[in-house]
Amino acid sequence: MTLCVDVVIIGAGPAGMSASNMIHEYGGRAVILDEQSEPGGQIYKAIDRVMRDRPNELSWLGSAYHDGARLTKKFRSQAKDYQPGSMVWHIECRNLDGLYNIFYSQAGVSKKIETKYIVIATGAMERPVPIPGWTLPGVMTVGAVQSVLKNSGMYPSGKLVLAGAGPLVLQLASQLIGAGISILAILDTSPKGSFLKALRHFPRALFAGDYLYKGWNLTNKIMQSNIKVYRNVTELNASGDGRLQNLSFKVNETKHCLKADTLALHEGILPNVQLTRLLDLEHVWSPRQRSFSPVVNSWGETSLSGVFVVGDGAGVSGARTAEYSGAIAGIIILERLEYIKESQRDLIIEDRKFRRLLDEGIRPFLDTLFPAPERIGEVPDKTIICRCEEITAAEIREVVKKGCSGPNQAKAFLRCGMGICQGRMCGTSVTEVMSKALEKKPADVGAFRVRPPIKPLSLEEIVTLNDN
Amino acid sequence: MFDRFNENKNCLIKIEFDGTVLDALEGEMVASVLMAAGIMNFRDAPVSNTPRGPYCMMGVCFECLVEIDGVGHQQACLVPVRSGMSIKREKAKRLISDDLVC
Amino acid sequence: MTSDFIVIGGGLVGAAVSYGLLKLGATVTILDEGDTAFRASRGNFGLVWVQSKGDGMHEYATWSRESSDLWPNFAELLVEETGINVGHHRPGGLELCLDEAEYMDFENSINRMHNQPNVAENGRRMISGDEVRRMEPSVGPEVVGASYCPYDGIVNPLYTLRALHQKCIESGLIYRPDHEVKKIIPQIRGFKIITNEGYFLSDKVILAAGNGNKALGEFVGLDIPTGPERGHIVVTERTSPLFNYVLGAIRQTDEGTVMLGATKENVGFDSGFNFEMAAKIIDKAVRKIPALKKLRMIRSWSALRIMSPDGFPIYEESSNFPGAFVITCHSGVTLAAAHALKLAPELLGNDFNGKFNAFSPKRFDVR
Ligand SMILES: Cc1cc2nc3c(=O)[nH]c(=O)nc-3n(C[C@H](O)[C@H](O)[C@H](O)COP(=O)(O)OP(=O)(O)OC[C@H]3O[C@@H](n4cnc5c(N)ncnc54)[C@H](O)[C@@H]3O)c2cc1C
Ligand SMILES: Cc1cc2nc3c(=O)[nH]c(=O)nc-3n(C[C@H](O)[C@H](O)[C@H](O)COP(=O)(O)OP(=O)(O)OC[C@H]3O[C@@H](n4cnc5c(N)ncnc54)[C@H](O)[C@@H]3O)c2cc1C
Ligand code: FES
Repeated sequence: MTLCVDVVIIGAGPAGMSASNMIHEYGGRAVILDEQSEPGGQIYKAIDRVMRDRPNELSWLGSAYHDGARLTKKFRSQAKDYQPGSMVWHIECRNLDGLYNIFYSQAGVSKKIETKYIVIATGAMERPVPIPGWTLPGVMTVGAVQSVLKNSGMYPSGKLVLAGAGPLVLQLASQLIGAGISILAILDTSPKGSFLKALRHFPRALFAGDYLYKGWNLTNKIMQSNIKVYRNVTELNASGDGRLQNLSFKVNETKHCLKADTLALHEGILPNVQLTRLLDLEHVWSPRQRSFSPVVNSWGETSLSGVFVVGDGAGVSGARTAEYSGAIAGIIILERLEYIKESQRDLIIEDRKFRRLLDEGIRPFLDTLFPAPERIGEVPDKTIICRCEEITAAEIREVVKKGCSGPNQAKAFLRCGMGICQGRMCGTSVTEVMSKALEKKPADVGAFRVRPPIKPLSLEEIVTLNDN
Repeated sequence: MFDRFNENKNCLIKIEFDGTVLDALEGEMVASVLMAAGIMNFRDAPVSNTPRGPYCMMGVCFECLVEIDGVGHQQACLVPVRSGMSIKREKAKRLISDDLVC
Repeated sequence: MTSDFIVIGGGLVGAAVSYGLLKLGATVTILDEGDTAFRASRGNFGLVWVQSKGDGMHEYATWSRESSDLWPNFAELLVEETGINVGHHRPGGLELCLDEAEYMDFENSINRMHNQPNVAENGRRMISGDEVRRMEPSVGPEVVGASYCPYDGIVNPLYTLRALHQKCIESGLIYRPDHEVKKIIPQIRGFKIITNEGYFLSDKVILAAGNGNKALGEFVGLDIPTGPERGHIVVTERTSPLFNYVLGAIRQTDEGTVMLGATKENVGFDSGFNFEMAAKIIDKAVRKIPALKKLRMIRSWSALRIMSPDGFPIYEESSNFPGAFVITCHSGVTLAAAHALKLAPELLGNDFNGKFNAFSPKRFDVR
């Protein structure tokens, strides 16, 4: 039998947990599905387990991380229908009754839930950073190294190099310094003059002054360490025989080489649009963050009534904003389900909206200080763009010359985006490369269409689901 | 290659990778445990047959795919270890043909 | 802008016809829609199929067989001209039957086609379940038999489309994506074609716009009674080579993925995804080949076929406005070779309707 519920929340990061906490606080109920085995999302990954098993590591993982326990504690005590290890692979809109079917896979078994409301809180992913050699084992992302740190209490043991720009780079560096782990070098790729440009947004950023203070501290910590920092880095290349061994890059026309075992790349984060694209929702391109995000109104609802997108999945703006947005969506749903009155709703919403407004003050500053890279459209020809099907930038540029007008035609012509990751790793880069080659704005180039299942499933799983 | 901060903790869980027994702690992800054992090369890419290893550690790149207890294409970065797990490296194209002769 | 031919639609039909025209020295412009348009050529199964074609119209059976025979050369030509291997193979096809009723249907169809006058021999015959399992050891015990035809094959339809586009552009084609045709105005001589991006002039115009033809036909006195029919397809991860034959709705690509198809639904202009359809496809496929169960499904999608009332092609030059043609069909992959090498030259001749009399839409008026 299919389970029928009022609300399904997808994702148990700050946004999803906060939506759940709000809904349960006022007597509502929600099913929460998250593919990870614990709540916390990306930022608060494994927080409960770290507190229980490895509390000494909290000192260097930082207070912002520790803060997540506030959410997970309440979440665990209230969310009786939290289903960890549940990957949502399809959402179906039922035109007849306006309900939604959610398909998910848990421990190799697929199930279907019917629901009135959906809160998509699937967060963000790091921007894939195509450079020559990035498919070699040993080349990872900053977030990946941080994930292992939080999740499993492990650190890269050989020569480690961080490369890129963004708050996450500073944060990881500071965490590793705190833990006494050596970093061979940091390659800062932010363009010259970003700081001066960002100053324009400084006054508004003061409304979220604690972030500035934190950022200042992180930067200081790195300056005081003996890590070698290269600035204005360009033309980063990775190479090696079967694994990462060498890095080369340029600083103001001077070529440098380093030996490395682990390279952690980072160029900011992007909304995870897999489910919102699957639903064929309208998406807009943000020129500042250089990414697409779904169009939502001020309480997170999309053009599909009853479908909300909250947190970084609706546009990257950080964990605290994610928390406020999750709460706002939760409150709207509570009122629609008649758990609370309109007046009560408005009071809570105004409070969260005000806090969100203050918090968002930091974004223009951050986005200008660490601008999303424009150079992805111009990566060297030999760079692999689609890791799964191994399609290079040159091949994409070549089909553009032969009349190919958009990402979906390129996918058909090249298999680029047809592989096992479903275009997650190449989607944005394909839009960027085609945008440059076609001399069109990324917004006009568009993006891959997403089709189910959003992650692979065994055929047997489908057969069994259907039999039930 | 990765190391544990706390090596002297008792590694209570034993898992197997291509026949070799590896120690793990509860809650650790399969991918982390392999990397802590010095294994960065998880599978061969189906197009070029070149080695691949974890890139994102959050379930979006699909570079960490391994076979776990006979089920192929599992994202090692999202699966916590369980005692007795048997993990296999994946070839470029998975073979199902052994089962094909009916 | 002026050219001999304007072809509306850059799918497999428009591209194959343009390829043929350019080879004969004509100047051609293709006007096409944008990246997210309905485009059957991007969502199909890639069979070059003969065995079931033409039950009810022997000319279509002959035409399909002719195209199947042209395909090996056509594929070779494309490799030579573009370096793109379109992956054509003709190992023969088996349509597997899961019950006696299905078996009888195929058998009856063979008999009917055999009794049609002038039909080209397609070597199709029924074989028993045990013989099927000898030919294709992966076939499961539920299969009771199959219809076999040695001329059935496959091709990569996406690479075919890409190769055709590439060769056409290198031969001087003017290709204009993001140019949706809004209106066709017949002139004293030739046609004026209005798009969202300005107008174009040509001596002749070819409607090859798939499901867009019906609306465009009205501007040039062509009644084109086609409609969309939705089909779902499921594709798996790559695996080692599995089959000796093409199994109708189950085939493996050169890359190693296994494609499972295809359903039929009438839902209008909607290429959305219906889980039940995918489940149906998978259910049947694993009953036929049980080992498929172990494979992972990577993606599924739907696309819209272009269906005429009897399922056969529609080829016609307008009698009110000579120089305006419609070319459309249900199996544009199978017929791509014939369209490029046999049909295109007739567009330059002066007896198009005579040559393709059987495929005229007038056949629907009679009924
Ligand atoms: C790798 C990474 C590391 C980060 N680290 C930090 C940090 O240390 N500090 C910081 O300030 N910010 C960090 N960020 C930014 C941070 O993610 C956000 O600001 C914040 O976590 C957003 O919260 P959220 O609830 O929107 O999404 P997330 O916290 O990302 O939560 C989304 C959840 O949805 C789940 N999910 C996704 N898709 C599915 C699906 N199909 N089915 C089921 N579940 C699904 C995921 O498992 C995840 O738990 C990081 C981002 C990334 C990508
Ligand atoms: C699920 C499925 C499976 C199939 N399997 C097979 C198979 O195995 N073998 C086989 O032979 N065939 C198969 N087919 C059929 C085959 O795909 C089609 O016959 C073929 O692609 C038709 O090509 P086309 O060029 O006529 O149409 P399309 O590919 O649809 O192209 C029409 C083009 O016209 C453009 N257009 C439309 N209106 C306008 C306008 N007003 N202005 C400008 N441009 C316009 C569109 O953008 C599009 O590019 C299958 C089809 C489907 C849906
Ligand atoms: S490492 Fe990217 S999916 Fe596991």
